[in-house]
Amino acid sequence: MSASTSIRSVSTQQAPAAENKHAARSRRDRIHGWSFMAPFLLFFGLFLIWPLIHGIVMSFTGKSLTGANSSFLGFANYAEALGDADMWHALGNTLYFTVISTVPLVLVALLMAALVNMGLPAQWLWRLSFFAPFLLASTVVSLFFVWMFNPQLGLVNEVLSKVGIAPVDWLNNPDIAMWSIVIATLWWTVGFNFLLYLAAMQNIPQAHFEAASLDGAGGWRQFFSITLPQINQTTIMIVILQVLASLKIFDQVYQMTGGGPGGTTRTIVQYIFETGFTGYRLGYSAAISYIFFGLIVVVSIAQFAITRKRSA
Amino acid sequence: MATTLTTPALTISPASSVPVRRKKRIAPSRIIATVIVAILAVTWMVPFAWAAITALKSETEAAATPITIVPESGFTFDAFAKVLQQGNIPQWTWNSLFTSAAITVVTLVISALAAYALSRIDFKGRKVLMVVIVASLIVPPPVLIIPLFYQMVAFNMIDTYWGVILPQVISPAMVFVLKKFFDQIPRELEDAALVDGAGRIRIFLQVVLPLSRPILAAVAIFVFIGAWNNFLWPFIVTNDSSMLTLPVGLQTIKSAYGIQYAQNMASALLAALPLIVVFLFFQRQIIKGISTTGLAGT
Repeated sequence: MSASTSIRSVSTQQAPAAENKHAARSRRDRIHGWSFMAPFLLFFGLFLIWPLIHGIVMSFTGKSLTGANSSFLGFANYAEALGDADMWHALGNTLYFTVISTVPLVLVALLMAALVNMGLPAQWLWRLSFFAPFLLASTVVSLFFVWMFNPQLGLVNEVLSKVGIAPVDWLNNPDIAMWSIVIATLWWTVGFNFLLYLAAMQNIPQAHFEAASLDGAGGWRQFFSITLPQINQTTIMIVILQVLASLKIFDQVYQMTGGGPGGTTRTIVQYIFETGFTGYRLGYSAAISYIFFGLIVVVSIAQFAITRKRSA
Repeated sequence: MATTLTTPALTISPASSVPVRRKKRIAPSRIIATVIVAILAVTWMVPFAWAAITALKSETEAAATPITIVPESGFTFDAFAKVLQQGNIPQWTWNSLFTSAAITVVTLVISALAAYALSRIDFKGRKVLMVVIVASLIVPPPVLIIPLFYQMVAFNMIDTYWGVILPQVISPAMVFVLKKFFDQIPRELEDAALVDGAGRIRIFLQVVLPLSRPILAAVAIFVFIGAWNNFLWPFIVTNDSSMLTLPVGLQTIKSAYGIQYAQNMASALLAALPLIVVFLFFQRQIIKGISTTGLAGT
């Protein structure tokens, strides 16, 4: 509609020059804008929007990899999922992991950053040590830790035996396996949070600390009264990123324990994967995917609300 | 990921500046802090060191009890040699290199073009596009694997490079990182060129891109690292041993070799090597990139 007006104003010589120019420019901008967006939108549509919609459609069908039954089932898959004990178990494991991993991943990062920020020498060395594992593929991390946690030959039990602690079956004891995965995850990704914290601390104006020193505030007092409040926004951001990342956990668990022992470490993403590719039930798997998506959306909205309240 | 939107300044500023402390004597608290940090750093190096020690042992020594740090028969490169000769590691490394490089190039091109349009061109529909792309940040990739897999079957892209590459090139977070950087480039530079009659493409290529080198480098490094390390998607879309990427290939090694500890660790270290090298070269850009944007989010 506006395209036709701009064409008219371009072709009408009597129109005031300014308006003419303006219309031509807005038409040109529209063409340019969409042309620049086009390559991105093509892939965005094909590999994000379309699967997102197709997934919803699939979740209402009995579609399977064997192609047996792709008839419309309505909400049957969702109803089945909500009554599926394995689904709830996997969801529970995921939430458990999220809680017990987020706390150390935030606190250890804070500790590392606070110490390194005390003006220690060789900053690059500490940064390198803490951050280097973040660059590894999950499989490399899993290979390292499966080996370290080996009950008979592993380094961890060897060190423990030196101080008189009995060997622990790190990955096969249902009470311990999830904690072992937390340890591997902490080693792997804490460096990222550490860097975010360190950057935030280094942005605090030095004058704050100098003033506090003059007033006689010691190191601890300065940390709790200046540093922590100043990096509050960073803490909120790190917690949000961490919770969302932890909810999506799959790699390390799948690689280190395969979800065992007895399904005690199986997470929701693994359950989606297994129902889809081992159980061949794509429709049912898609339904569970959207339940998981719903959870992510709820968590994101909750965190967004909390952030707004805090900063308001 | 949503935080990439809320972090303020994208100006690349020296994040490595050490706080200046004007103290004549070294405070005891700093000595204690150094000791604690050193202990932590050593602890953090242990898995690397232990992997290296194991990889340099013979298989019998690696599986021997009691555990030794220095093996009686001395260190050997046998495990590395075996893995490189017999295994698929060279092929997997090539697959990873090729797909990650392709993902990086395509992501960078399409994201920069889109970011420029969103930042600079006042076209109808821009606001709607912004909302849709922001909203898409919330979609967790695992939700898409089932329909995407089905789509790849339909496109005949299972076990192809295309199948690995194409679904990984959309990165709304990177679009916003780039958009925010473009927003900060003074408009006058472009207006001058526009008046001179230069087209959008020329302005984009000759004015905007050269000014954006640091952020383009940061985005490229992050996309490359993310693609190189991605496990879930290549794991689903590839099956044939010759098509696997390095992380996925390692997973099959673990189940195939089982108890060959020295070779397992040699493979893991070989897989880790390329990114460690990348990091040593681009340490500053990587750390600055994370510090200023937190963009590698997930």
